[in-house]
Amino acid sequence: MSTTLRENKPQYRNIHITQIVGYRLPAPGMVSILHRISGALMFLLLPVALWLLQLSLASETSYLRLSGIAAQWWAKLLFLVLVWSLVHHLVAGIRYLLLDLHIGIEKAASVKSALVVFALSLPLTLLAALRIFGVL
Amino acid sequence: MSIGSKRLVVGAHYGLRDWLGQRLSAVVLGVYTVALVLYLLLAGNSGYDGWARLFAAPWMKVATLLALASLFYHAWVGMRDLWMDYVKPVGVRLTLQLLTVLYLLACAVWSVQVLWIV
Repeated sequence: MSTTLRENKPQYRNIHITQIVGYRLPAPGMVSILHRISGALMFLLLPVALWLLQLSLASETSYLRLSGIAAQWWAKLLFLVLVWSLVHHLVAGIRYLLLDLHIGIEKAASVKSALVVFALSLPLTLLAALRIFGVL
Repeated sequence: MSIGSKRLVVGAHYGLRDWLGQRLSAVVLGVYTVALVLYLLLAGNSGYDGWARLFAAPWMKVATLLALASLFYHAWVGMRDLWMDYVKPVGVRLTLQLLTVLYLLACAVWSVQVLWIV
């Protein structure tokens, strides 16, 4: 009897990647999961970033080759992904450091600061996008 | 470590160190990134010469090396947290953690090579 009860108890674990779409997360939850996704993206794109840095530094020729690559649409898309990841991770990271210092840990304040993260990261990414795609 | 007279706390004791290291490395990375972006915005595009000269400077090499060390440590703690949270089978998780360490070590060696290219 006691074992059946235990088995029927719902278990609350970390939200799995496959469940994200099914959840209506509050703003702090969105910041949190996107902090993880942006971090994982930068981890996966680390060799690409190093390759780009290598091209930019190795010689004048490789620098010009990089300029050619940067003109391709797929490279622009890649830069945009990297820029969004970096900006979101950085801004959300500053919020987490403040939370660690017990600044704004109340529910209302943390929702507000989560919205501030989006209010900063999305326009900054948009600015970068305009720059990358040559509008600015 | 014992807390009070009765309770004995056991474990690998890397929790606090990694928690603190994660935040210290975050601060280093944040300062480096913001400083580099501001410099590039203010200095403008000076082509290959300006870019290569910046990274050839010894102080820039030290700063970048510090940022890279922070990056790889930060990435390790972060990725390990992800594997611990989402991958429950121990064998799979340990394999992924091992691959993460090897991947980051390879990137670290390569990044030092890239840094000393100029």
